[in-house]
Amino acid sequence: MGDWKTVAVPVLSSDSKNIFQYTSEKKISPPNMNAQVLRLPLPSSKSMHSFFSAFCTEENIEQSISYLNRELTTLGFPSIYAESKGKELNLISIINCMNELLVLQHKNLRAQEEVEMQHLKLGSDMDHLQNCYAKLKEQLELSKREIVGLQERDRQLQSKNRNLHQLLKNEKDEVQKLQNIISSRATQYNHDMKRKEREYNKLKERLHQLVMNKKDKKIAMEVLNYVGRADGKRGAWRTDKTEARNEEQMYKVLLNDYEQRQKQLLLENAELKKVLQQMKKEIISLLPPQKQKPKERCEDGPVLSDLEEDIGEFNKENMWELSCETVREQLTNSIRKQWRMLKNHVEKLDNQVSRVHSGALNDKDVISREDHELETEKLELEIQQCKEMIKTQQQLLQQQLMSPCDDDTTLLLQDCYLLEERERLQEEWRLFQEQKKNFEKERRSFTEAAIRLGLERKAFEEDRGAWLKQQFLSMSTDYKHSENVTTPSAFIGTSDQDNRLVNSMSQQRKPHCKLSGPVSAESCQTSQYISQNSSNAALKKPAGDSMPNQWEESDKEETE
Amino acid sequence: MDFSELFKLSGLLGRFSPDGKCLASCVQYRLIIRDVNTLQILQLYTCLDQIQYIEWSSDSLFILCAMYKRGIVQVWSLEQPDWHCKIDEGSAGLVASCWSPDGRHILNTTEFHLRITVWSLCTKSVSYIKYPKACQQGIAFTKDGRYMAVAERRDCKDFVSLFVCSNWQLLRHFDTETQDLFGIEWAPNGCILAVWDTCLEYKILLYSLDGRLLSTYQAYEWSLGIKSIAWSPSSQFLAIGSYDEKVRILNHVTWKKITEFEHPATVTNTKTIVYKEVEKSPSVETERFSFPPTRALASSVFSTQSKYDISQVPVSFQYIKPVADRANPKMGIGMLAFSPDNCFLATRNDNIPNAVWIWDIQKLKLFVVLEQLCAIQSFQWDPRQPRLAVCTGNSKVYLWSPAGCVSVQVPTEGDFQIVSLCWHPSGDSMALLKIEAVKMNEVGDIYLY
Repeated sequence: MGDWKTVAVPVLSSDSKNIFQYTSEKKISPPNMNAQVLRLPLPSSKSMHSFFSAFCTEENIEQSISYLNRELTTLGFPSIYAESKGKELNLISIINCMNELLVLQHKNLRAQEEVEMQHLKLGSDMDHLQNCYAKLKEQLELSKREIVGLQERDRQLQSKNRNLHQLLKNEKDEVQKLQNIISSRATQYNHDMKRKEREYNKLKERLHQLVMNKKDKKIAMEVLNYVGRADGKRGAWRTDKTEARNEEQMYKVLLNDYEQRQKQLLLENAELKKVLQQMKKEIISLLPPQKQKPKERCEDGPVLSDLEEDIGEFNKENMWELSCETVREQLTNSIRKQWRMLKNHVEKLDNQVSRVHSGALNDKDVISREDHELETEKLELEIQQCKEMIKTQQQLLQQQLMSPCDDDTTLLLQDCYLLEERERLQEEWRLFQEQKKNFEKERRSFTEAAIRLGLERKAFEEDRGAWLKQQFLSMSTDYKHSENVTTPSAFIGTSDQDNRLVNSMSQQRKPHCKLSGPVSAESCQTSQYISQNSSNAALKKPAGDSMPNQWEESDKEETE
Repeated sequence: MDFSELFKLSGLLGRFSPDGKCLASCVQYRLIIRDVNTLQILQLYTCLDQIQYIEWSSDSLFILCAMYKRGIVQVWSLEQPDWHCKIDEGSAGLVASCWSPDGRHILNTTEFHLRITVWSLCTKSVSYIKYPKACQQGIAFTKDGRYMAVAERRDCKDFVSLFVCSNWQLLRHFDTETQDLFGIEWAPNGCILAVWDTCLEYKILLYSLDGRLLSTYQAYEWSLGIKSIAWSPSSQFLAIGSYDEKVRILNHVTWKKITEFEHPATVTNTKTIVYKEVEKSPSVETERFSFPPTRALASSVFSTQSKYDISQVPVSFQYIKPVADRANPKMGIGMLAFSPDNCFLATRNDNIPNAVWIWDIQKLKLFVVLEQLCAIQSFQWDPRQPRLAVCTGNSKVYLWSPAGCVSVQVPTEGDFQIVSLCWHPSGDSMALLKIEAVKMNEVGDIYLY
């Protein structure tokens, strides 16, 4: 870039004030373009003013233009001349160049601002760092001084400590010395004592001799008569046997004593073992069942199995009586193990409790707790609702029972109840009516069926009669007249009977539906009676009048 | 509580017979036998000289009276008042005399402890035991009376001889590892003998009946050692009181110390009950004064009633530090006694002479402290129940039982300084002995206090 400041170029003098106003604007107002050629974005100063006009004067326009063109081209801008040669200025290119230059200028300004900002920042940082450095230096000095002080104190204390140790050693040495002195004096005294004692014994012996030698007859016992022994026995000589017996007696006494003590100890032992066993069982029961947790199983599995084995062993072998070392050790070890487990368990529970109190919970616990709370809330609501219902019902009940004063209301209430009842009864009546209608329908159908049945039977009977007639007529040459006579009577009987039956049936059918049953039974019976009377055919009559068709068919079959 | 009349006594020699029927007391040279219930004089014997010592035989049929100055022992029979027996030691002199457990032999210790002569009342035989040890408790009999242990000293070494009492045959003779044997005592079960050394050396040895050394116990060196010992009635524990104001309890299984009882000047444990004797000044109504003052009034004015108050823990006692340059200083545990049911141990710390410390053996803890106004003279357990009688040299007797404690004023004219007491074998009554007098009192039901 060219150095704008260093080039002493005359600047246009016209409207330099306006130039300064426009320096901040980015837009270039075209009417001013003709007036001014150059615009320098420099702060106002009278020297610059002259500088602006110093570059280009009326004399050196061409030179200045060519100079500018040269500069611009070197900077990479397109030429301001219209053609490569010639003096025609390309306004567009000039404008473009100017614009480019302005843009460049703005960029440079910005860059400068930034640089200045950075410069300021760096300056302040630098100040700050210098302050910090100064403070740290001060602190370092202080701590160094402190260290020195503490070291000094430490040295003093150590020397004190050494002194005290020395004193202690001295005291200990003194104590040892005194003890030695005491022991030496004690031995000396003992020795002296022994010497004196020996002398004393000698004197005693001498005295004893003298006393004995005197043959003092005074030393005697005068007794009126000798008393018997306390236990009544006579005195015995002292012999070896008695000695042996004495020894034996003594040993017996000792053994008795030892046996008693051992019995007591055995009892105590058994009691304690029992207590230990109980404790073991209780500890096992207290411990949480660990079969659910697979993780812990691998740790406690072998222990549990050991315990179970132990329990099994102990129960089997009845360990109360065994008292050997290994058994005892096993028992105590197993109890110690279990006690440790119980302790761990209790510690875990304590930790859990403390965690719960502090608020840091497991996920599981949180959810369950929330659920629990929700459920409790729900239940509470339910309880409240139920309570309210109960209250209202109670109130109503009370009102009903306790308010005969208000007649209208009671009447109303009564009416209400009556209405309810009436409606219920009406419904029931309706149902009843429906049922009745159904029954009526059924009965009608039954009667129709019965009538049909009767008609059919009548027809069938007539057919049968006709067939039998034919039969008899055909067989009348073979058979006697009496038979023929009898058969019409039989037939007449049957037809009459049938008619009667039909009449009875039709009469009876109206009041009851159910008579169809016995009626059919009767008809069956009568038909059976008829068949019995007739010597030829034993017609099978199906009972029940629900199968008239079958009956017909069977008859038809028979007839065929 | 009934009190009997006052009887004259000399030398603090008032003894109940082992069967509890008679009370023997002596006045100068007379021996008076009274019936316990009626206090009537049953027998009256006259001896040759002032009696220094009396002892009943174990079957209560004989009583010996020893006169040390003359060297004579006289034996009297209760069944036959005419029967008499006199043992004269002559120039050998007499220092101590006692019965053998069968009640038919008398053991006399001659002067300078030259020998012990065993006189028999049944036969004409005499036995001698040479070189007996001149110590406080040199002869000890087992409770069942079968064996006797005698401490001996020959050539500046201590020995113990065990004799069979039935025929005085020597059973065992062994030396002890003591510097200067101070005392021997059998355990109540008769199988273990405790032997302890002089106070210059804290050492106690336990020997079995057949002479084997079972165990040695030494708590510390150089300071003054054992002052007193006591076996528990079940032989389970051995309590050793020493000059360092502590009682150490050894157990019979391992012979190791199971606990230490300290007797500090300040009791701080809140579970201990401290009974403090306080005087309640009698209210004297001035109108009642008359001249000359009646005896009863005089006694009531001069004798101060006292009662027990329960002091709040912590309690401080009056602590006496004895002069250091005197021998046998009054410090340490001088008195030890187990209760007959093996539940309590009563001790006295000579540094705190006004207090009786009662320890609960079941819990091995201090149970009760009785703080008296005067120094404790003696205390004795009731032979049947855990009841302790304490006398402090004034005219009151103090009784403690787990139910409470009570102070009983002895109704007497003037001052009755009780220095000693002994219980009747049945525990129903006890004799309160003061110098120059004896008084018996029936002990009824204890008042709860």
